[in-house]
Amino acid sequence: MSKQRIVVVGNGMVGHKFIDTIIGNDETKYEVITFSEESRLAYDRVQLSYFFSGKTAEDLALTDAAYYEENGIKFVLNDKVVDLDFDNRNVITASGRVESYDKLVLATGSYPFVPPIPGNDQEHCHVYRTIDDLEDITKSGETSKIGVVIGGGLLGLEAGNALVNLGVETHIVEFAPRLMAVQLDDGGGSLLKRKIEDLGVHVHTEKATTEIVAGTTSRYRMNFADGSHLETDMIIFSAGIRPQDELARKTGIPIGERGGIVINNHCETGVEDVYAIGECALWENFIFGLVAPGYQMAKVAAAHMHGDSDTEFTGADMSTKLKLLGIDVASIGEVHGKTPGAQSYTYHDEIEQVYKRLIVSADGTKMVGAVLVGDVEAYGTLLQLKLNDMKLPANPSVLILPSSGGEEAAGMGVDALPDTAAICSCFDVSKGDIKNAVAAGCCNMGELKASTKAATGCGGCTALAKQVLDSELLSLGFEVKKDICEHFAYSRQELADIIRVKKIKTFSELLVDCGSGLGCETCKPAVANILAAYWNEYVLEDAHVGLQDTNDNYLGNMQKDGTYSVVPRMPGGEVTPDGLIVIGQVAKEFNLYTKVTGGARVDLFGAQLHELPVIWKKLVDAGFETGHAYGKSLRTVKSCVGNTWCRYGVKNSIGFAIDLENRYKGLRSPHKVKFGVSGCTRECAEAQGKDFGLIATEGGWNLYFGGNGGMRPRHGDLFASDLTDEQVRTYVDRIYMFYIRTADRLQRTSVWLENLEGGIEYLREVILNDSLNINAELEAEMESNVANYQCEWKTTIESPEKLKRFKHFINSKEVDTGLAFKVIRGQRFPLAKEIEITELVE
Amino acid sequence: MDITSSNTTWTDICPINDLTPDAGICALYNEQQVAIFLCKQSSNVYAVANFDPFGHANVLSRGIIGSTEDIIYVASPLYKQRFNLATGECLDSEEHKIKIFNVRIENEQVQLKEAS
Ligand SMILES: Cc1cc2nc3c(=O)[nH]c(=O)nc-3n(C[C@H](O)[C@H](O)[C@H](O)COP(=O)(O)OP(=O)(O)OC[C@H]3O[C@@H](n4cnc5c(N)ncnc54)[C@H](O)[C@@H]3O)c2cc1C
Ligand code: SF4
Ligand code: SF4
Ligand code: FES
Repeated sequence: MSKQRIVVVGNGMVGHKFIDTIIGNDETKYEVITFSEESRLAYDRVQLSYFFSGKTAEDLALTDAAYYEENGIKFVLNDKVVDLDFDNRNVITASGRVESYDKLVLATGSYPFVPPIPGNDQEHCHVYRTIDDLEDITKSGETSKIGVVIGGGLLGLEAGNALVNLGVETHIVEFAPRLMAVQLDDGGGSLLKRKIEDLGVHVHTEKATTEIVAGTTSRYRMNFADGSHLETDMIIFSAGIRPQDELARKTGIPIGERGGIVINNHCETGVEDVYAIGECALWENFIFGLVAPGYQMAKVAAAHMHGDSDTEFTGADMSTKLKLLGIDVASIGEVHGKTPGAQSYTYHDEIEQVYKRLIVSADGTKMVGAVLVGDVEAYGTLLQLKLNDMKLPANPSVLILPSSGGEEAAGMGVDALPDTAAICSCFDVSKGDIKNAVAAGCCNMGELKASTKAATGCGGCTALAKQVLDSELLSLGFEVKKDICEHFAYSRQELADIIRVKKIKTFSELLVDCGSGLGCETCKPAVANILAAYWNEYVLEDAHVGLQDTNDNYLGNMQKDGTYSVVPRMPGGEVTPDGLIVIGQVAKEFNLYTKVTGGARVDLFGAQLHELPVIWKKLVDAGFETGHAYGKSLRTVKSCVGNTWCRYGVKNSIGFAIDLENRYKGLRSPHKVKFGVSGCTRECAEAQGKDFGLIATEGGWNLYFGGNGGMRPRHGDLFASDLTDEQVRTYVDRIYMFYIRTADRLQRTSVWLENLEGGIEYLREVILNDSLNINAELEAEMESNVANYQCEWKTTIESPEKLKRFKHFINSKEVDTGLAFKVIRGQRFPLAKEIEITELVE
Repeated sequence: MDITSSNTTWTDICPINDLTPDAGICALYNEQQVAIFLCKQSSNVYAVANFDPFGHANVLSRGIIGSTEDIIYVASPLYKQRFNLATGECLDSEEHKIKIFNVRIENEQVQLKEAS
C-alpha cells in the first residue's frame, strides 16, 4: 500500500501535536510534510513570556529538526502556504513550491488583532505572538522609558509583565470597564486592578484610543476618546486574536460569520479531506483560544485519518489559572451569571487582597463556575468538582473560605477523585494515567513529567499532579528518597539538620552517627561545606582537611596543570593604587598570569603549591585577605560608585557593597553566592543577575533575590522594596541562612527559589512574617558566622604545621618538573600536550 | 644507592607524622612522583603514581579518598575519575590503570619499594 501523503499547514503548537500523534499512531503509513511561515519549528507559545526571564528559543522549542528527520517528516520553514488547489489536491507556497496531498490539515492558529487606530503601524508599535515579536519588543525596550499595552485581557497582562521586566514604566490601557473581562467578574476584575497598581503598573480602564501621534516628552502620544492622553515610547497591541483563516477565505472553505474555519466533531472542514485544528478552527460557533482544546482536536483529527470515527471533539473546558504579574488568578466554568437561577457565594478579604466567588446551580448541589484572585489554592478542587460534575458538600461556602490554621484545606482530597478525572488538560493526563505511571516505577515529578508529559504545558496542574503522585506513592508504601550518596541515606538538607541539631563538628562523628563506609568525593565536600556554614571553623583543621574539594583543599582554584590561582579580596571592586602595585609586584616576582575577572578583582594564575604561602604572606602583609575564589561561598559584591561619584546615583552603593562583602565574606553555602549593588535604577552593577541584588531608589533599597548569570541566566525576583540598610542586612541574613539550611548540594539560589514550593511569596512569608518561627535562629546563626570569620590564608601562613602541606614533595625541595609554559601576549600560559596553543596566538 | 638495588629494598620516605589522616602527600622516589595516602579507618597506607592520566598533571596526591562498597579509592582533583588505591585500576574507565608501589610503616617511617 502506498503511503498517505499528509500536508500540515502551520507548524505551531497544535500542528506539531498533530504530527507527533499521527506518527505515533503508525509512522509507516504516512508521509508527512509541514509548512511554517515562521523561521522556527514549533515552540511553546504558552511559555512565550519566559523569554523575558531568560529562556531562549531553544528552551521553548517543542521539537527539533533531528526529531523530524528521524521520523521522516519533511518540513519547510519561512514559506507561507498562499493557495490551495482542491481539484488537483495541491498546496502552493509563497516561494512557488507545489506539494500534493491526500489529506490536508490547516493548523494556522490565529493572528493578533490590531485595532484600526491611525498611527498604529509605527516603528515601536508591536504585537505579542511570536518569538520574533518578543525580540523586537526587547529592542524597543532598550530605547524606551515608558511602555503601553493596549488591551487588559489575559495576554495584555502578560505583555505588561514583559514591559515591567524590561524595566520601563508600564501602563495598561483597557477599553472595557474591568481587566480580564472575559474571565473575571466585576469583583475579581477590580481587585486584580488594585493589585496590579500596587506593583507600580498604571491601569487605565474605559479608554478608547483614537490616534497615535508624535509625543512631546516621549516618542508617541496616544489620544483617547474622552479627551485625555498618554505619552509613551513604545506600544504593544494585545486587543484580542483573530483566527488565521485567510486561506479558507480565499479558497472558499466555509467560515463562520465572525471568522474561523468551520469544523465538525471530527475536525473536518466543509471541503473533503481538509481538516482544521487549533485556534483557526470554529466548532459550534466557538473558537478555543487555549492550547488544550487544540491538542484534543489534533488527536481527534489524527484518529479520524487513522480510521477511528468514534473519537470526537465535543467541546472543551475553558477554565484557566495563571500568574499575571505575580498575582494568582483563576476562572472556572461560567462566571458571568448567564446560567438561570444560579446563586453565588463571595469571599472578599480586602486586607489580604483575596477575592473568591463560587457560583452554584439553583438547587445548590452542583457548581457552575468560580473566580479566584489572590489565592487560587482551591482551583484544583473546584475544577475537579466542575469537570466531573460532582455533588457539592452540604455547605458549599467551605470551598472558598480560608482554612483555619493546620486544618486540612476544605473540600476533598485527591483520593476522592475518580480515575477518569482529568488532571492535566494540556496533555490529557488523567488520574488513572498517573496511577499507571507510578505503578510502572515513576517516583518523582521529574519522572512523571518525562513519562506522561503531565505538568509540562501551562503548568497549571503541577500542584494537583504532585498531590496525586504523592498520594499514589504513599498508598503503594513508597518513601521518596533523595540520598546524597551511598554513604548517607539522607539528602543534603537532612544532613544539614542533623549536623545543626546534634551539633556535630566533624565528618567522622557524622559518619559514626548516621553513615557508612569512608565517604566519597560527593558527601565529603558537601559535609565540609555544611560544617563550615554552621560552625565556621578553619577549613584546614586536621579533621577537615581530607574533606575539602580540590579548590578548598589548598585554598586556591586548581587549574588544568595542577597549579593554582590566587585571588585576593577587593570588596566592592575597590582597590587603592598601593594595593594594586603590591599585586603587580607579586605577579611579576612569581611570573603569574594576570587577568581582571568579571567579578571586579584580579586573578593571578600559575602559582605552584610551594609558592602559595610565600605569595599570600606578601599579600596579607599588604592588607589583603583571601577572596575565597575557591570556596562555595560568597564570591564578590559587584557595585558601581553610586552617589559618591556618579551624577545619577541616589545612594552610596559602593559603601554598602563593601559593608555587605565584609559581612558575608568566607561564609560557606551550598553553592557560590554573588551580590550586586547599583546606585540607581540604571542598574550599572547588573544586580538583578546576581543571587542577591540591590538597587537604590529614592525610597530606599529594592532587594532582588535568585538572579543568576552563567549557564542559565535568570533575573532575580523582587523580594521587597524601599528598605533601609538595616532591613537589607536583616533580610539577607535570614534568606542566606534559610538557603544554607535547606538547599540541595550545588544548588544555586535561583534553582532553590524555583523549587521552593510557593516560590517568592512563601519566602516572604518565612522571612517577613516569620511563618516558620525560625528567624531568631537564622539571625543568631549568621551572627555567629560573622563573629567567627577568619582569613584562611592569614591563619595558614601563621601555622608552620599547616604549611607543611604546601610543598610538592614531602621528602624533597625539588618542584614539579611536569609543568611547562609558553609565553603569549607577554604572559605565561600552561603548555599541556593536548592544548592547541597555536589557537591562542593570533 | 643505585636504582637496581632500590628496586628490591625499602627506601625511607618521611616520618609517619608527616602524613595527614585521610589525605594524601606526594613523595619523590626513584625520580618518580608517588602519591601516598593514610586511611584512618583501616589504618592502611597506600602508594600510587601521582600522575593523573586524564588531566595529564601530577595531582593525584591532592585528591579525595573515598570508598564504594569495599573498594578504597582516590578521586582525581581535576576531573574526578576514581582510582582503586589497592590495584591502581580506574573505576570509571577500564583502559586506564595507574602504577602502584609497595608501601609500609617501619620504625615510624613511611617506606616505599617498587611493586614486583
Ligand atoms: C503570550 C501567549 C500566552 C499564552 N498563554 C496561554 C496559556 O497560558 N494557556 C493556554 O492554554 N494557551 C495560551 N496561549 C494560547 C496558545 O499559545 C494557543 O492556543 C496555541 O498556540 C494555538 O496553537 P495553534 O497551533 O493553533 O496556533 P499557533 O501556535 O499560532 O501556530 C500556527 C502557526 O501556523 C503558521 N501559519 C499560519 N498561516 C500559515 C500559512 N498560510 N502557511 C504556513 N504557516 C502558517 C503561523 O506562523 C504559526 O507558526 C497563549 C498565547 C500567547 C501568544
Ligand atoms: S547604577 Fe546609577 S548610580 Fe550606579 S553607576 Fe549606574 S547610573 Fe550611576
Ligand atoms: S566558562 Fe568554562 S572555560 Fe571559562 S572559566 Fe568557566 S569553566 Fe572555565
Ligand atoms: S494542564 Fe497545562 S500542563 Fe497540565
